[in-house]
Amino acid sequence: MRVLVPGIAGRLGKLLATRLLEKGHDVIGIDRRPFREAPAGVSMFEVDIRKRGAEDVFRKVRPHAVIHMATVTHLIMQSEDRYRINLGGTRAVFEHSSTYGVEHVTFVGRHTYYGAAADSPLFHNEDEPPMGLASFPELADLVAADLYAGSALWRYPSFVTSVLRMVYTLGPTGHGTLATFLRGRRVPTLLGFDPLFHFMHEHDVVNALVTTLDQRPRGVFNVAGPQPVPLSMVIRETGRTNVPIPGFVFSNMLGRFGLPKLPAGALAHIKYPVTVDGGAFRKATGFAHTIDEMGAMRAYRKAFPRPSS
Amino acid sequence: MRFSLPVDTEVRERLERLEIPFNTYGVDPYGVSKAYLGPVLTALKFFFKHYFSVDSYGIEHVSPRGRVMLVGNHSGGVAVDGAMVHASQFFEMNPPRLAQGMAEKFLNKIPFASPVANRCGHLTGLPEHAERLLADERMIIVFPEGARGTAKLYRDRYSLVHFGSGFARLAMKMKTPIVPFAFLGGGEAIPTISNAVSVGKMFGVPYVPVTPWLVALPLPVKLEIHYSEPMFFEGTGAEDDDVVSANVEKVKQRIAALIDLGRKRRTGEHVVASVVP
Repeated sequence: MRVLVPGIAGRLGKLLATRLLEKGHDVIGIDRRPFREAPAGVSMFEVDIRKRGAEDVFRKVRPHAVIHMATVTHLIMQSEDRYRINLGGTRAVFEHSSTYGVEHVTFVGRHTYYGAAADSPLFHNEDEPPMGLASFPELADLVAADLYAGSALWRYPSFVTSVLRMVYTLGPTGHGTLATFLRGRRVPTLLGFDPLFHFMHEHDVVNALVTTLDQRPRGVFNVAGPQPVPLSMVIRETGRTNVPIPGFVFSNMLGRFGLPKLPAGALAHIKYPVTVDGGAFRKATGFAHTIDEMGAMRAYRKAFPRPSS
Repeated sequence: MRFSLPVDTEVRERLERLEIPFNTYGVDPYGVSKAYLGPVLTALKFFFKHYFSVDSYGIEHVSPRGRVMLVGNHSGGVAVDGAMVHASQFFEMNPPRLAQGMAEKFLNKIPFASPVANRCGHLTGLPEHAERLLADERMIIVFPEGARGTAKLYRDRYSLVHFGSGFARLAMKMKTPIVPFAFLGGGEAIPTISNAVSVGKMFGVPYVPVTPWLVALPLPVKLEIHYSEPMFFEGTGAEDDDVVSANVEKVKQRIAALIDLGRKRRTGEHVVASVVP
């Protein structure tokens, strides 16, 4: 099968490309970033997904399936550009898929779609609306991209759409928001709060994507592996030091003392849990994780030992 | 945050017998943690067995396994009632059961209270949580009077205020037996003479109960829990309000009868053993 992967040049993209090649697929990558250490056999096109060059790739390659990973999630880059990539890029992927006869499109979204709030339930179901936008408007483009992808279910009946809301990734490549948050020796947390964190090993993330490609489940699905664990435990088991900081001090420290300048709403994500029910995905595809939460934390710790001072 | 507080031997032994799917670190999917339950239940044991020397009646009505909803009256201005029912299920059931309270929403916003409550199994009182826990064959504690119930003043301590109907609807939908219980003595332990709403606002809680000695520190009075026979309501949970309300009324009447029975027993009157008509 010819599989086109927009946004392939990330660490997760490389893992996915390797696995797809092993399974005998033709892998075609699109990314505006250069794909360093690309696995041999990937046909790489260094173009922006929103530009004409990307459409040419669809036209020439005629992929059977598309796995759309070209969304910008980190909040440091807070610009028009991010909005354009996440919304314009997603739209382009679906339009070209419709025009050039793609059979199956997978949108790789995030479980943070549901937002973190004091009164939000544990283990969100797919039918729940996104609630975090009032306190965290910076996530709006990702939420809109997710909803747009969902609208493809009725907008483009000619192909199957799978919208995945995946929990955090944790593993030896250090890909993802949670892995980045845990990178340093000390991890700042909010004093008096210890939310559950839901994550899975990157190996299982790739498994889930490959399973989606094979099974072509139609609809919107949460993707989760093992149970969530408290943030304090994630910090301890990855060998870091938990530094609890009172809330009002924390908000004033953002952007100073080497802390990233995060929007205030981001704090809700280390205050309240975002956990999802992955039951529907497991039922639709037969997916089962292979590495539990302890395994994922150990793997990260081995690849990223506690930095020495 | 890690507890290094002492854990009682009996608590440790009973924790091992809890039928909860803990992972190798002693944390279940909801975040319920042995590391928190140990010290908290050690403290509760002192209150349950000595300070309040709680007497419980009819615990044989509680099934040792499977989904169940404990439904009772609020008694006392702070969550002494819920804590003692939690302790009763842990110390008096064999195997011990984890009774998970459905907490008021404000609790999750309060530093320390939020993780401690959550790690002990008391999640925010959302229908989604209750339904999910029941589907997982857990035990939940419901006080249908809500915050109105904890706000009862001393003179109203044996009365029942309005019951919400959500619990009955959910019990019907989830085919869950309701075990009604009456909690007695909380009003004497914490005799609320007034509720300071504006002081509460300052701390992010609905109100702060005021006692004759100002703060809501409970007196060491005897508390009682009276469990009754399980009640089961047929249905789907999608019935009209009057159908559900009739079931709510049955539960409320059962609890009122249990309270009467308990009061009579407290004053030494001869009582019949059951309140089931």
